[in-house]
Amino acid sequence: MKKHGFWYKVKKYRIFLLMLLPAVIYTLIFSYGPMVGIILAFKKYTYAGGIFKSPWNGFKNFEFFFKSGQAWTVTRNTVLYNLLFIAFNTFLQMTVAILLTELKNKYFRKISQSIMFLPYFISWVIVSVISFNLLSYDYGFVNGIISKLGGTKINFYTTGVLWPLILTLFNAWKGVGYGSVMYLAAIMGIDTSIYEAAEIDGANVFQRIFRITIPLMAPTVMILLLLAVGGIFRGNFDMFYNLVGNNGLLYNYTDVIDTLTFRALITNKDFGMSAAVGLYQSVLCFITILAANKLVSVYSEDYTLF
Amino acid sequence: MKRNVGKISNKIRKGKDEKILSFLAYTINGMVALFCLIPFVMVVSASFTSEDAITKYGFSLIPKEFSLKAYETVFKEPIVVLRAYGVTIGLTIVGTVIGLFMQVMTAYVLSRKEFEWRNKFSFFFYFTTLFNGGLVPYFILMNRVLGLKDNYLAMLLPLLFSVFNLLIMKSYIMGIPDSLIDAAKIDGCGEFGILCKVVIPLIKPAMATVGLFIALAYWNDWYSAMLFINKEKMYPLQYFLYQQVNNIEAYKRIIESGQVSGSVTSAMSLPTQSLKMALTVVVTGPIIFLYPFVQKYFVQGITIGAVKG
Repeated sequence: MKKHGFWYKVKKYRIFLLMLLPAVIYTLIFSYGPMVGIILAFKKYTYAGGIFKSPWNGFKNFEFFFKSGQAWTVTRNTVLYNLLFIAFNTFLQMTVAILLTELKNKYFRKISQSIMFLPYFISWVIVSVISFNLLSYDYGFVNGIISKLGGTKINFYTTGVLWPLILTLFNAWKGVGYGSVMYLAAIMGIDTSIYEAAEIDGANVFQRIFRITIPLMAPTVMILLLLAVGGIFRGNFDMFYNLVGNNGLLYNYTDVIDTLTFRALITNKDFGMSAAVGLYQSVLCFITILAANKLVSVYSEDYTLF
Repeated sequence: MKRNVGKISNKIRKGKDEKILSFLAYTINGMVALFCLIPFVMVVSASFTSEDAITKYGFSLIPKEFSLKAYETVFKEPIVVLRAYGVTIGLTIVGTVIGLFMQVMTAYVLSRKEFEWRNKFSFFFYFTTLFNGGLVPYFILMNRVLGLKDNYLAMLLPLLFSVFNLLIMKSYIMGIPDSLIDAAKIDGCGEFGILCKVVIPLIKPAMATVGLFIALAYWNDWYSAMLFINKEKMYPLQYFLYQQVNNIEAYKRIIESGQVSGSVTSAMSLPTQSLKMALTVVVTGPIIFLYPFVQKYFVQGITIGAVKG
């Protein structure tokens, strides 16, 4: 049988292709288009020259980024923050999800779940107002409590060492509702007959949780961990920028790759270095996602992403 | 008789560990929920507190001195807030309608098994989640190549299409039995006909879920405005709030540094802290009132997203 040619197929699938056209054009412009601009990382950007006609300058942009020590600071911060977030969020969200299924009172369950979901719906701009409300030196709620208890007020906006804790808590606060729903979905997928069998065998509720629920949630946990680890070099710009802003006193503890890229571009107008940092991040992300995926395919064929 | 006694004792023994667990479940989840709620209560409370009380006692859960001054200040010139509302509502509606149609059309094609190139196209979309050009090329693309500075399109286009939403939509459409689509085809339906008359009515929950994901992204967006919009009249709600909060802080610093000599007293009486909180309440309000009604669609979407990645 003769295999049909390319143009025959184009004609055959013309309606499908037409339907795909808007999304394909969109993706070409907004996702693949910027990939061409990566060459800027190796150029000295001039406004007149633009992307293509600016002069090349080899690895100069990278040199400055690495030699200034910024590369190490922001990479370390990005990775450590993500590890903190992953560990704390996974623990909190799993606990909440498991305990939600144990709540017998329907109204309590629904209302508490709704409240936990609330922070997910607001923007980080609003979270920054809330953080000021809590942490302000003069009026903040936390300092109010501290002085009521007779302690010395803490100036959070100059004490960098506290920010890993602060950011972890805000991150957990915003994500607990969303995350626990994912784990809840995994629990709902467990065959109830397993629980019935365990009950007949005399397992108590804690044994049921630790021997059945948690092990059977493992696949979902693995996928979510994989997704999170894949993005370990990606900082949540929205969060860091809104909560920390341009507070240079905290940079050593709070600057992540994304905020540095942004500052280099918008504040310092250093297009070349910003592009270099961006490329450095994209490459690291690409490698980690592929590596994480490889690891999971060793763990189980069924749960790889592609 | 004996069997009954056994049953009862069994129930009591079982009851003990269940009681502990149920106690833990109520306390821990109750505390987490409280932890989530308190910041909101505090913002609302502060917005109704007089500036004096905030300066004297700081922020608290219940207003120490009730005052509507902050809201009076916000609505002294309601046009400013209303315009920001208008921009955000406009972007949200247009973006959600166009975005939703684009996602469903694309997802439909990618879920049709007879389309031999569907894996190739899926990878074409999926690859963009693995690797991207970064901020600088994107910034230059929007500003210089497309010339979208101070253009509403700069806020509309970036959120129109996302691979995450595409995957959710696709997994819903995959759930439709092929026989339904084949039957429509035999009845002489074209692909657009099948999409509009068969597929879309069957995936209404997915449309609601993805639609709400898109709408929320538009409603909460401030990033595009920060990068590409300089005209105050074009600010969307969140960026308007961002700017106002920063302006209020800057204003406060000027007063504190003593550089304003003239009507210092009248300037001091402007409720800066409570004003920030009142603005926040005005910006957040609609979301808080709407979300109990839409929450279930988000839960569905996240569940699908979690299972199908």
